[in-house]
Amino acid sequence: MKQLLRLRGATALPAGESVEVQRGRLRLNLRLKFGLSILAFFIVASFTLPFFTDVNPAEQGTYLKNLPMSWKHPLGTNTQGQSIFWYLVFAVRNSLLLGIAVASCISVIATLVGLSAGYIGGWYERLVMLLIDAVITIPVLPILIILGALVRGKTSFFLVGLIIVCFGWAWGARTVRSLALSLREREFVNMARFSGASTFQIITREIFPYVYAYMVVNFINTILFAINTEAALAVLGLSKVEVPTLGSILFWALNYNALFIGQRTWVIAPIVATVLLFLGLFLTSTGYNDLFAARRGRA
Amino acid sequence: MGLLHYVGQRLITYVLVLFIGISITFFLPRLMPNDPIDGYIAQIQSRAGQTLSPEAAAEIRATLSELYGLEGSLFTQYLNYMRRVVFGFDFGPSFSAFPRPVSELIALALPWTLGLLTTTTVISWLLGNLIGLLAGYYHNRRLATGLEVLGVLIYPIPYYILALTLILLLAYTWKIFPISTTIRPAPLSLAQLGSILYNSALPALTLVIAGFGWNILSMKALAVSTKEEPYVSFARLKGTSDGTRMFRYVFRNALLPQVTALALSLGTIFNGALLTEMLFSYPGLGLLMRTAVGNGDYNMLYGTITMTIVAVATAALVIDLIYPLFDPRIRYR
Repeated sequence: MKQLLRLRGATALPAGESVEVQRGRLRLNLRLKFGLSILAFFIVASFTLPFFTDVNPAEQGTYLKNLPMSWKHPLGTNTQGQSIFWYLVFAVRNSLLLGIAVASCISVIATLVGLSAGYIGGWYERLVMLLIDAVITIPVLPILIILGALVRGKTSFFLVGLIIVCFGWAWGARTVRSLALSLREREFVNMARFSGASTFQIITREIFPYVYAYMVVNFINTILFAINTEAALAVLGLSKVEVPTLGSILFWALNYNALFIGQRTWVIAPIVATVLLFLGLFLTSTGYNDLFAARRGRA
Repeated sequence: MGLLHYVGQRLITYVLVLFIGISITFFLPRLMPNDPIDGYIAQIQSRAGQTLSPEAAAEIRATLSELYGLEGSLFTQYLNYMRRVVFGFDFGPSFSAFPRPVSELIALALPWTLGLLTTTTVISWLLGNLIGLLAGYYHNRRLATGLEVLGVLIYPIPYYILALTLILLLAYTWKIFPISTTIRPAPLSLAQLGSILYNSALPALTLVIAGFGWNILSMKALAVSTKEEPYVSFARLKGTSDGTRMFRYVFRNALLPQVTALALSLGTIFNGALLTEMLFSYPGLGLLMRTAVGNGDYNMLYGTITMTIVAVATAALVIDLIYPLFDPRIRYR
């Protein structure tokens, strides 16, 4: 109700400002549109295309080496006789899968930790906050590097994801906690409580609709973080580089000196794909953020 | 009293963060399924052509356990480790550069990392915030939208992609800068300084661009909302110039969240710097870490990682401590 009133209020503003608000909203939608189209393209392409091939893209010597771009091999083949295009398709799919899985785990942990810290308070909260601050301050990459070095060769794709979860939950937990703190004191929550709503009802009916927007945005940002971290490790050869991902494709390209032997598509294609995918994720997350902010009346 | 309390609180957090960080570097490797010493012995064996007798291997194992501090229960190991690290920053000798101690090699690499990192962070923070301020203050103009689009396009690009793209463009296609850093040790002269700058240009550019996008975006958002504050409108009605309002009213107030954000993102920035150093073979901590990984030099790994944690935590502490200079209100919290 409050939100409706605020939106009505916006149209009653002087003409100049109303145009301003509307223009702003259009631009935000543009961001979201761009982001979602890029994401939809990547998701649909990388999840359906693998059904049209029965070749394992990571297997070496499937095709002739160093073929130029053609209809059969849209991005040519590399020095290992792999089709760069198919390798890239599987890389995008695996990276996305990892990102979504890690982001789901992190969202659950962050929500549990953050909510409990915000609502229980006291010593528990101080302890949790200290841990959160410590995990945020500690640079993750070196720790992942040491772990990667220790388990190298014996690592699995699953383990890499698990390690990223262990060090990735802190940012989200921090956000959720501050949200919980601000919501705890809100009028509508007190109102519901005095009206006799149970804690469960308060959380699902009153708080969740409010927090949901942040959760979507956080979720997308975490996917970005997870894909990025795995790829950074993979470029250094510290992830499971046998699994095609956006990082491991670059690792092999650098490992076989793709630049010096003139195989540019091997390097450029994953770079372009990564930039586009990240741009899509980023535009979607900020687009959603602005959209929800506009709905709440803070455009 | 308030200031003292503030400083005390920050110092306690600092010590605890260091403690947790060093504990993590101690415990995590020990939770891992495989033993670094096994790996090291396997390495020696392959170098020696499988001629190592079991007795010799057992002897090496005992020596290594002592060197690594792997004797006794986990708890005594932990106490020993803490004592050595806290009181001497002692990580034992490096295995790949035996018998030079790890701390000496780190001391040689640290100035490079800190120099590169401080310069680029300051440049990208100032430049990003200035552009963001302009884009936010004049947010109705077309150019401001252009600047924001620039920020949006740059921000999500990860460090390694930026580094590879710059190598691809500026070192490989147009051979302007060297592909990897080669700085010959020489006494400090003008020529040497030039060589350092020339060789550092690409890593520095990577870090500046990477830090840049986020600063533009968040400063723009802050400036737009600060510009609508009543005190800015009052200043405008008072007849102050655009420049005065932009810097003394909007910038001064939008600065505070940006300083906090900088302190919080130091870990990420450091990650990026390490990665960039590895990709450019820049002779800092990142490169040490990479060679240590390649050689299975665990002492060196522990040393470099502890150093990065100390560096990031200290930088965050420094920012926290100078924060009251930007925001006088915080003293009384």
